[in-house]
Amino acid sequence: MYNLNLILPEIFISLSVMFLLILGVFKKDSSQIIFNLSLFTILIAAIITVNETYFINRVTLFRDSVVIDPMASLMKIITLIGGFLVLVISSSYLKSFNIFKIEYPILILSSILGMMVMISSNDLMVFYMGLELQSLALYVLATFNRNQLKSSEAGLKYFVLSALSSGLLLYGCSLIYGFSGSTNFDVIANQLNSNEYALTFGIVFILVGLAFKISAVPFHMWAPDVYEGSPTSVTLFFTMVPKIAALTVFIRFLYVPFLNLIDQWQMIIVFLSIASMIFGAIAAIGQTNIKRLIAYSSIGHIGYTLAGLATGSNDGIQSSIIYISIYVVMNLALFSCLLMLKRNEQYYEDIDDLSGLSKNHPLLSLCLLIILFSLAGIPPLAGFFAKFYVFKAVIEQSMYFLAIVGLLSTVIAAFYYLRIIKIIYFDKEKEKYDTDHGVWLKFSLTFSTILILFYFIFPSQLIELVSRINII
Amino acid sequence: MNFPILSSLILLPIVGALFLFFTKEKDGNNLTAKYVALFTTIVNFLISIYLWLLFDPTTSAFQFVEERIWIEDFINYKVGVDGISILFILLTTFITPLCIVSVNNTVKDRLRDFLIAILIMESFMIGVFCALDLIVFYLFFEAGLIPMFLIIGIWGGPKRVYSAFKFFLYTLLGSVLMLVAIISIYWISGTTDVIKLYELGIDAKYQNLLWLAFFSSFAVKTPMWPVHTWLPDAHVEAPTAGSVLLAAILLKMAGYGFIRFSLGLFPIASEVFTPLIYTLSVIAIIFTSFIALMQEDMKKLIAYSSVAHMGFVTLGIFTLQQQGIEGSIIQMISHGLVSAALFLCVGVVYDRMHSRLIKSYGGIVTIIPKYSILFMLFTLAALGLPGTSGFIGEFLILMGAFKDNFLVAVIASFGVILGAAYMLWLYKRVVFGKLINEDLKKMVDLNKSEYLILTCLAVPTLFFGFYPEPLFNTIEVSVSDLINMHNLNIASK
Repeated sequence: MYNLNLILPEIFISLSVMFLLILGVFKKDSSQIIFNLSLFTILIAAIITVNETYFINRVTLFRDSVVIDPMASLMKIITLIGGFLVLVISSSYLKSFNIFKIEYPILILSSILGMMVMISSNDLMVFYMGLELQSLALYVLATFNRNQLKSSEAGLKYFVLSALSSGLLLYGCSLIYGFSGSTNFDVIANQLNSNEYALTFGIVFILVGLAFKISAVPFHMWAPDVYEGSPTSVTLFFTMVPKIAALTVFIRFLYVPFLNLIDQWQMIIVFLSIASMIFGAIAAIGQTNIKRLIAYSSIGHIGYTLAGLATGSNDGIQSSIIYISIYVVMNLALFSCLLMLKRNEQYYEDIDDLSGLSKNHPLLSLCLLIILFSLAGIPPLAGFFAKFYVFKAVIEQSMYFLAIVGLLSTVIAAFYYLRIIKIIYFDKEKEKYDTDHGVWLKFSLTFSTILILFYFIFPSQLIELVSRINII
Repeated sequence: MNFPILSSLILLPIVGALFLFFTKEKDGNNLTAKYVALFTTIVNFLISIYLWLLFDPTTSAFQFVEERIWIEDFINYKVGVDGISILFILLTTFITPLCIVSVNNTVKDRLRDFLIAILIMESFMIGVFCALDLIVFYLFFEAGLIPMFLIIGIWGGPKRVYSAFKFFLYTLLGSVLMLVAIISIYWISGTTDVIKLYELGIDAKYQNLLWLAFFSSFAVKTPMWPVHTWLPDAHVEAPTAGSVLLAAILLKMAGYGFIRFSLGLFPIASEVFTPLIYTLSVIAIIFTSFIALMQEDMKKLIAYSSVAHMGFVTLGIFTLQQQGIEGSIIQMISHGLVSAALFLCVGVVYDRMHSRLIKSYGGIVTIIPKYSILFMLFTLAALGLPGTSGFIGEFLILMGAFKDNFLVAVIASFGVILGAAYMLWLYKRVVFGKLINEDLKKMVDLNKSEYLILTCLAVPTLFFGFYPEPLFNTIEVSVSDLINMHNLNIASK
């Protein structure tokens, strides 16, 4: 008998989703209750995850198709915390657009469930199932503000392109199954015959699919449109949470079954990484919409994360995970600021709307200053350390070209971050924005900004957290 | 000595900045904020004087060393001073209070934020000069970009945005390669601790590339020709206090970096690349002196003269002679005092007439005599007249250069003549001549605070010009040990 306690968080979330759906149908005007209950569910799931799985080294379940290891539990906890914060700060935004409906928290819950399945998957089938569950929920979330043309367009675009990439991914899975005789990562690893060039085809197809999900160049086309069109709170979700899950799968897929084929895939990852870093930095320069700019900047940041993955070493994996964790915090902070740009029930999302913000809102501008310099990777802020660990791992493997290109693209990227700072601090001020924000919004901004600012005092803690992750 | 004196030097300005953060802004004229900032920086100066008194100049070992584990098995927070760095710390803590006094006249709005930026800047600069771990050094070195970017960008002149961006991106571009080099050193030698690296040495086959990576960062920061173009822009647009910090201290970070890291860590590569440095330095000295002659803007002229003076500094460092390096250090200290004073002098007339163009002045000697006298003193110090600190530095550098390479020294000597030419011509056009502009008659002479600042700068300029012994005492052993270590390394190769 399997120890079902290990997947208790998943079971709990799926039961809650079903229960909340029923509750929503039978009870009128229940959106607030369901919202609160969903928050509660995520919290409990996070507690169970810590309790049941955090101290476990490596256990597999269901004929080795699900794996619980330190990476899985850490990533699940980050996902859950991320999901919780996204949900909690989006309520006032949703209310002002009249889309505060029961479906929103439920969809977020189910996509989180899908991500948790992905994170724990040790089998191509399980992985695909989780991926589709989360994607399906995300399509709907992207169109959630269905009265707005842009939101519907975003959802449709995302759906069509994502379906295409899922198709490629599935084709890759079938190729791998055909040539190795199994869908299980461990079995594939044992039976791997590196002469099978067809396996490389399978890997490439799957990498294309995964690269699409994390929006790495050249599979990034959807990201700017979808990010811009979706409701801001959903964009926040897009930029943070699915990337954690996709990155975990990326790591597991490359390093468990196919570590021996590193010669085959390393070049691909290096290319994806370099292309994302450079393209993300250059394309962001001309943007006028903050959400589009964040889309390009997130493409760039994914490039750095992939640089860590390209190393083929444990240090590299750990640095990628550190990078994505710090990136999640920075993004949360940035979006909290964005959600504060509200005047008379209207949200502003153009860069020019930030003009002269420092005159009227000195504290908010200071937070933005810290966040933006951190995103640009200037010491002593957290963003610098994220890049630092990645490049430390990259240089350890003597991949100097990748390191130098990466660092040079940080200089290009610094330009557009500086441009925002310039607009905030050097330009003429505009009208005041509202200051009556929700407690949670203020909390998430303060909390994440403090983490970014004071990370340098205790940098070891995060390293200790990820040091248990040992994939190779 | 258990009290962490260096860390408190670094932390005190930040504590002061935190205090300032909680003061209320009243119509931009915030006296409390100014007193808090002034108090903090003066206390910091007194602590650094105390540090200098405790400092033992008879050894080249690092003193007041503090070490704490920062990232397990990787980086230690390590600070300490030797004879070379302690002078720069003193310079920093000496210049910063003067900057704060000078903001009286120049910064009109958001005074509190300006003071916070300056205090944070001070803390980072002190950090740069006492860091004994490459990564700690890099952190401080880079972090300084943030406050300086804001100082130029928020309180600067009309073209401030362009200048701030140029300053930031140039410096960042130079520094990222240094980061690659630092991480590589970690993987090659297993540590980034400077003291350990001095003992271990770095494998000769890596030295050239690593040296170039460090050079790219320091060359931009120094600034050396041809990557000096950010400096005139940044100087012209920055508010007076910003220009002072930039010229007096920020530029010295690179000179310090050359001595501490390029010479100390990569002796073989330093030997290899000496011709490169000589060429660039000589070009900087001659070329930028000519450019300075042509300038119509006073601040720009002084900025170009800074490039030329820093050319002397790099030249002196890479002569690898006792006189050359000592001369460079003294030249840096002296340039710190003199260029700060010159920028303040320009600031004084700019505040009254709102013009930095040379042609809008002339014949002001009779109207503001006190100013003219002090300006004269600093002009002479800048061109290296005997009896001022500028002379000692330049003379020693040229002496070192003559020992090492005759041709370079001869060409560099022409720079001294050019320096005299542009400085004296500037002074003549601004102070003497006919009084053409009637508005100039309304100018008032130095007020108390301006008088105080300029006198504070004049005293050490003259004192060290006549009696440089305290400076030599402090640096002598450290420099000679550095050269001995260098020669040993070369010989053992």
